[in-house]
Amino acid sequence: MIKISFILNGDRVETWVKEHEMLLDVLRSNFNLQGTREGCGMGECGACTVLVNGAGINSCLFPALEIDGKIVETIESLADKGKFHPLQQAFLDHGASQCGFCTPGMIMSAKAFIDDYPTAPETVTEAEIKQALAGNLCRCTGYFQIIAAVKAAMKEQV
Amino acid sequence: MRKNNFIGKRLAKMDAPEKINGQAAYINDITVPNMLYGKIKRSEHAHAIIKNIDISQASKLPGVKTILTRETNPAPDFRIGFIQDNPPIKHDKVRQFRDEVAAVAATDPEIAAAACALIKVDYEPLPGVFDPIAAAQEDAPLIHEFDFRGNPIKNNTLPVRWQISDGDLEFYRRKSKYIVSGTYKTGWAHHCCLGTAGIIAEFDYQKNLKVQMPTQIPFLVQNDLNKLLNALGLKNKNTRVISPTIGGAFGNKLDTHCYEYIAVILAFMAGRAVKIMFDREEEFIGMAPRQPTIIKMTQGCDENGLLTFREAEAILDNGAYTSWGATVPSVMYVPMTSLYRVPAVDFKATCVYTNNIFSQAFRGYGNPQATFAIESSMDELALKAGIDPLEMRLLNANRANETTPMGLKISSCGLKECIETVKEKLDWDKPRPQNRGVGLACLTHVGGGARIYKSDGHGMILKMDDFGKVSIMTGAVEIGQGSETSIAQTVAEIIGIMPDDITVIRHDTAICPWDVGTHASRQMFLSCKAAILCASEAKAKILEFAATFMEDEIRKQNRKNENFADDLLPLLHDAANLTIDLRRVFLKDYPERTDYAATIDTILRRGHFQGGKSGEMVITHAFYEPDTEMMHPKTSKGNISETYAFATHGVEVEVDPETGKVDIINFVAAHDIGKAINPMIVEGQIYGGVMQGVGYALMEEMLLDKGKILNPDFLDYKIPTTMDTFPLDIAMIETLDPHGPFGAKGIGEVGIIPVAPAIANAIADAVGIRLRDLPFTCEKVLAAVKNKAE
Repeated sequence: MIKISFILNGDRVETWVKEHEMLLDVLRSNFNLQGTREGCGMGECGACTVLVNGAGINSCLFPALEIDGKIVETIESLADKGKFHPLQQAFLDHGASQCGFCTPGMIMSAKAFIDDYPTAPETVTEAEIKQALAGNLCRCTGYFQIIAAVKAAMKEQV
Repeated sequence: MRKNNFIGKRLAKMDAPEKINGQAAYINDITVPNMLYGKIKRSEHAHAIIKNIDISQASKLPGVKTILTRETNPAPDFRIGFIQDNPPIKHDKVRQFRDEVAAVAATDPEIAAAACALIKVDYEPLPGVFDPIAAAQEDAPLIHEFDFRGNPIKNNTLPVRWQISDGDLEFYRRKSKYIVSGTYKTGWAHHCCLGTAGIIAEFDYQKNLKVQMPTQIPFLVQNDLNKLLNALGLKNKNTRVISPTIGGAFGNKLDTHCYEYIAVILAFMAGRAVKIMFDREEEFIGMAPRQPTIIKMTQGCDENGLLTFREAEAILDNGAYTSWGATVPSVMYVPMTSLYRVPAVDFKATCVYTNNIFSQAFRGYGNPQATFAIESSMDELALKAGIDPLEMRLLNANRANETTPMGLKISSCGLKECIETVKEKLDWDKPRPQNRGVGLACLTHVGGGARIYKSDGHGMILKMDDFGKVSIMTGAVEIGQGSETSIAQTVAEIIGIMPDDITVIRHDTAICPWDVGTHASRQMFLSCKAAILCASEAKAKILEFAATFMEDEIRKQNRKNENFADDLLPLLHDAANLTIDLRRVFLKDYPERTDYAATIDTILRRGHFQGGKSGEMVITHAFYEPDTEMMHPKTSKGNISETYAFATHGVEVEVDPETGKVDIINFVAAHDIGKAINPMIVEGQIYGGVMQGVGYALMEEMLLDKGKILNPDFLDYKIPTTMDTFPLDIAMIETLDPHGPFGAKGIGEVGIIPVAPAIANAIADAVGIRLRDLPFTCEKVLAAVKNKAE
């Protein structure tokens, strides 16, 4: 077991991890942050997406050891004192979540995309949104309402 | 009549907040104290005799608490499956690669997996058969030697007869000017629920069972597992089924599966709770997919393009055991007999055991397979008759107030409007550039329940508290499709309160009344019908309270109101003069008289707290059983649903003749939905269905090599991503069905049904090739294009 220290959802935290452990398991087991989902465990579905230093990554493939000294954001960091993040609100308003299993990962990928968007967010195109979410599988919605939600959130200046 | 407050409104789904916030608890997220982890050891052969199972090494592993094999099985004679052919732990033989040979419960999932690896199984391989036509031959290897009664089985053909016919086929065949015939094939497609399957089973000290598992059928699970309890010698014990948030279903959770029984048996043996959780690979291998089909379809029409007859015969690769896959012909009956007006129909289906994987329910339940054959063949017929395929469909479209050859009573039908909508929105007659083409396909499906079981009922309890808030206890299952939101909209609308006032309690057999399950696009329809009954009775009860207590209440409220005119007070004593809207009770003919209004909670408290007299509360219940018929055991006919959904999908594609890639340029989905209780939810179902249909049409196929699944992961089994989306225009046609709640029809499944034939027809229009074998991968399209050029 090795001790690591990192910033998790705004708080400095420390924990012990096994050498082969992945970030997904550490978040779910050590910190009870179960909003990060395991859909495949092989980096193919994106349900486990979290942000590491602002970039969206598959936490099921990300060695927990490498998180030492970094900044991690999960779905649980988005709502502010009970008020939804504009992206979450847009997902709600557009019916972008059905079974909901992919939703946290989808929202975190969208957040990484929006946070890093180089120009004014209202200039976003659908093609750019599709590209940004291409690694997140959803079986319920067919993506249409998800793309609409992200677009709406960006047009309304997140 | 006031305008609707909530029906027809785009309200956010009630289950969405906890899902977008990461708080929803799926089976993955649930543990119980002192729980063990179960793991299943599966077959390494498609067909083999189990010679010996050696658990000596595995049982020595620290942390292993119990091992289930045929030798230790406390319920050795127990079978599951549609014709009870599947022992959860295999005895004599394995008949497919995923067969469950042994299972371990251990303190840690890694120990359980290690123990499974240490179990040594000796097999004597047998010749397998992997093609249903070969399997039906006399000399084919026999998959099952005995049926569940112990009677010898002579061949691999299932003893289940699927046949329906109506009209004089030979007469209409002779009357036909044009006849086409073709064989259409569909393969195994997997549900690919994003949340994988799992279960936690535990016994209490009375030996009653509690299971937590995602399921579409909590009450059928209760029934199934109570049978297992009996087999375990636990007489008169009960199962409580609780479903956590469900991470996708689509039919995948419409049956009980071996792993669920195994978890229960392990919990029984170990005396501790046991959790079995699938990873993605095991989800692909362990959960049965959509039923594959081979359908020979012949249709004819007269010189004007009017359909004369439809004759079809299906062969189904049943795989090694029966689940719902073996029963999909029952749903194929609907399109086979009733899509378009056909004077003579004849449809037969045969299911044959093979050593392949078996299949189960998947959105549309056989209808997508049947509609692929019917609607591809319709275009082939139109081509032969020299008639525009869209015009031919208009000519033959179903109409309201007709009874179909199956006996389906069409109470409303927007099919003609759907076809015309596609024509207009897709600019059907416009000339298109080379390699571009348009195609369309229609559907009909049950939209008002489906009486497949003896009861198609839905139970609901409504209770109101002293604050005007409502709890609904419903048998409905929320698989993300939005049933609980529709229920809340209905109850709020009928009583005159707000959707926020309503808590929907579901997924617990110990609390909720019976419902047959979320299947057959029935949940919204039947739940809302029950909700209308519950809420109407509750409203009547509140108004009864009001008639008794309003005068006193209004006098009290107006004590200090000098301008109060008491002229209307006598009217308050008749409930017929009163109504409720937006939480207020008032005189319905005097809505402007705010001095004559009382809040609903005040009235409810007056009814409840009556001092010396006995108080009353508003508690109502309903069991809505639709007015439908079972299919007749001999003729297979009967009006199985209160209403039927119709739709037309039109698609424009571009085919790249160099690569075989099919791009969807434009897609129009026009649906007769009766009435959209929540248009956003309806659109969500259609969007999702269409996209699953696109996956089914263009990319999805489980590849098997002698029964072994070659692609059990998302890298090799492709489902659509955001990059596969396209402009999709949904047109909702409101026909206001006379039987539907507020006129609504069930539409959960329909989005997927006509997608593949619409695309097949568009490809034919674009490059002149007819594809009869799903999916239309680049390789297949390219080969067909090259073949045509030669």
